[in-house]
Amino acid sequence: MIEFDQVTVTYVGAPTPALRDVRLRIEEGELALVVGRTGVGKSTLLGAINGLVPHFTGGTLAGRVTVAGRDTKNHPPRELADVVGVVGQDPLSGFVTDTVEEELAYGMEQLAVPPDVMRKRVEETLDLLGIAELRDRPLYQLSGGQQQRVAIGSVLTAHPRVLVLDEPTSALDPNAAEDVLAAITRLVHDLGVTVVLAEHRLERVVQYADRVIEIADDGAVTAGQPATMLRTTRVAPPVIELGRLSRWDPLPLSVRDARRVAGPLRGQIGSQPAPPQQRSAPRCRGATVLHAKNIVVRYGAVIAVGGVDLDLAGGEVTAVMGRNGSGKSSLLWSLQGSGPRHSGTVDVQGVDPTTLSSVNARALVGLVPQTPADLLYLDTVAQECEQADRESGPRPSVRAKDLLDRLAPGIPEDAHPRDLSEGQRLSLVLAVQLAAAPAVVLLDEPTRGLDYGAKKTFVAIIDQLAADGRCVVVATHDVEFVAAVADRVVVMAAGDIVADGPAPEVMVASPSFAPQVAKILAPLDYLTINQVTTALTLVGR
Amino acid sequence: MSARPNGWSLAGSRRVPRALHPMAWWIWALGLATAASRTTDPLLLMLVLGVLGVVVANRRSDAPWARAFKYYLYLALTVIAIRVAFRTIFGGDIDVKDMHVLFVLPHVPLPSWASGVQLGGPVTVEGSLGALYDGLRLACLLCCLGAANALANPKRALRALPGALYELGVAVVIALSVAPQLVESVQRVRRARKLRGGSGGGFHVLRSIAIPVMEDALERSLQLAAAMDSRGYGRTAGASPRTRRLTGALMLGGMGGLCLGAYGLLDGSAPGALGLPSLLGGSVLCCLGLALGSRRVGCSHYRPDPWKAPEWIVVACGMVPAAVLTVGLGYSGASLNPSVQPLRWPSLPLVPALAILVAAVAAVAAPPPVRSAPTAGDADGGRLDDRHLARRIQHADPPVGVTA
Repeated sequence: MIEFDQVTVTYVGAPTPALRDVRLRIEEGELALVVGRTGVGKSTLLGAINGLVPHFTGGTLAGRVTVAGRDTKNHPPRELADVVGVVGQDPLSGFVTDTVEEELAYGMEQLAVPPDVMRKRVEETLDLLGIAELRDRPLYQLSGGQQQRVAIGSVLTAHPRVLVLDEPTSALDPNAAEDVLAAITRLVHDLGVTVVLAEHRLERVVQYADRVIEIADDGAVTAGQPATMLRTTRVAPPVIELGRLSRWDPLPLSVRDARRVAGPLRGQIGSQPAPPQQRSAPRCRGATVLHAKNIVVRYGAVIAVGGVDLDLAGGEVTAVMGRNGSGKSSLLWSLQGSGPRHSGTVDVQGVDPTTLSSVNARALVGLVPQTPADLLYLDTVAQECEQADRESGPRPSVRAKDLLDRLAPGIPEDAHPRDLSEGQRLSLVLAVQLAAAPAVVLLDEPTRGLDYGAKKTFVAIIDQLAADGRCVVVATHDVEFVAAVADRVVVMAAGDIVADGPAPEVMVASPSFAPQVAKILAPLDYLTINQVTTALTLVGR
Repeated sequence: MSARPNGWSLAGSRRVPRALHPMAWWIWALGLATAASRTTDPLLLMLVLGVLGVVVANRRSDAPWARAFKYYLYLALTVIAIRVAFRTIFGGDIDVKDMHVLFVLPHVPLPSWASGVQLGGPVTVEGSLGALYDGLRLACLLCCLGAANALANPKRALRALPGALYELGVAVVIALSVAPQLVESVQRVRRARKLRGGSGGGFHVLRSIAIPVMEDALERSLQLAAAMDSRGYGRTAGASPRTRRLTGALMLGGMGGLCLGAYGLLDGSAPGALGLPSLLGGSVLCCLGLALGSRRVGCSHYRPDPWKAPEWIVVACGMVPAAVLTVGLGYSGASLNPSVQPLRWPSLPLVPALAILVAAVAAVAAPPPVRSAPTAGDADGGRLDDRHLARRIQHADPPVGVTA
């Protein structure tokens, strides 16, 4: 179906090729999963399938890519629109019209499909993806999972034989991700669509893959059966790591398969309570630094946060979880003092941050928003750091540049902030915010776009912050990240706190917030591979 | 369950609701506007406003854009007020013999080079009334536009444009959907800026907001372009340079003819040959150009609006007043512009009044609009808010599925 024949892609001005000498065949009806670290050329590989690389992005492509017999060299993306459907990372930015039904029809209009056929296909697609009740809704009103399904539907109406998806579930909460993945697997199983998808959250998709394509850091590509490939890939979800650790053969890909072979392991380590998490820096719970009472945030008639009480201690990492739109962000912003708060009190070391100027509020509570890049506007990393020092008052206790070197060593001073990787940019913004030396650090959805390696580094950074005695709050739906980092988990739903307690207690019991290790080893209260390794050493294997 | 007519309705609810073709509404409204532009008779103009009101009240849907008419009315009132105020302040009459002076504003003598402008002076009934009539006519034209916007979905109207203007329509639709995103982006960055302390001078603030917003917008437009390209946009386009030049020449010539024709028709003092003939010639050239240009775009349209008998009737209803007031048959031309000097009560000429009333037939001739049945939790994401619930309980609407 898709054939790469000795393909090498080099972007203009890049010293090394993004893809090197790729030979690859993806058969009809396969679900191929592209894995690799952030920035290794996953998007380049996906873009090359429909000719966006190099027709749209520039650069040179040596070799030949053919899709359903058409060479992308003389078929630009628009000429492949009836064969390849592409859904980008952010579905909202790819929408052309403004209601669901028109968006589904847009691609067909471009292909000059007759009106009666269009009408029929729109109805079929609405049913296929379970979005029939959304047909008249404006696109911007939809939730993330609904938008993603509409985006898939909008390319599906052209009846493509190949579907290319770039990070379809990265921005979604676990339940919305399930909906999207269910729709994708249905397409593969029932309609025989060939799907190529890239995803950071491997734990969500690896069990559905028929074939894994790994891109190495130098741009070389290998492909094979998932169970074989995942033995050695540089990125792997917890279920695979547990399989590697226990030398299970064949390697189980899903929680279900792993559970069936994990009996002996459970027996081996189940005799004693789960050991505590290994931290890169020791933590010590301090006194309560933030005291919030009866916080209410409302937008018009919608109550985002409905009377929340929260006490946060120094040296403790708290994760706020819950589905998209459950009020996590609103809570964080209102605690910081720059977001709206309609009633309730916040007390940080005896002061309410809303009563202070933004300069002083920031020295009490620092917040890193969902899109950290919003905070950056200068040309180099060094300038951003100097500006941060100036903003932190006349005599900052610590320089932003020193902080940055501690958090993420090796970022060149003269680099443009836009050119940094997601992880580096996050570290830069964190350094900028920490320069004001706040006692409370709030992080809104920090792991978006981070691969497993970058997440590990970021976990170490948070360990450091907590070891310094800071109070850290992370709003996220990245279950595995929370398992690795949080002492305490707060679950929100519809503006209320529905669960609050130590991480193992809250997470192990929850069907959607339990990490893979917990699901495999239930009823034992293990959360991470880290703990399993420690336990195995203790029982003396 | 059939949607109940909420509000009063002239037509029975047995007809199947559907949206009238947007072009039909636009032609109807432009017809009325043409009629209104020919007269300053306040009675006739009020009649036009009345007709607009009746039709809008009966045939607009409950979509957000359908509420626009109210704002056009406010705008129209403002226009009248400004017109009268300007006349009062700047247009004081010098020669007030035979006129009725209302009051006298202090007169400010202006230098000789500004001799055409008066500042202050006596204000007469005649002058103010003339300004009022004039303002009313302008207000009427505005309301005609407003009615068209409220009755026809602006986006569907763009889709009904001929193929040659396809790209223009796409650009406008994208601009309309990007504008809210840009506002959202500015708000987000401003909020984020507060997190960084938000100190610094004016240029600094501007830069710290403008740069992230622009980067954001640029990134988004690139993503949109990539998405449109992968979905086949521009796939069927393409024309030889010769056709392109011919299309351009036809359109330019046609537009020129249309402008001359409009000038000739609207300005009563222009020679007769300038009006209708150049308008017709221009229209023919434009149609040719559009037809030629449309051949190169090979898109199809999803759920195109049908053009059936109601559309023809509505168009005819709009054209009748335009034709009657332009041609001037069956009444004396002077009665369209009542004299304010000497002061006289405006008369209501019978034939033009009847012609304008014909336009009101559209309120019955057009099919009833599609009104969405009130369902729990649209627009607020599944959350049934209290006011909504209270309203539904008050009206004692039987729940969906219970009615026979």
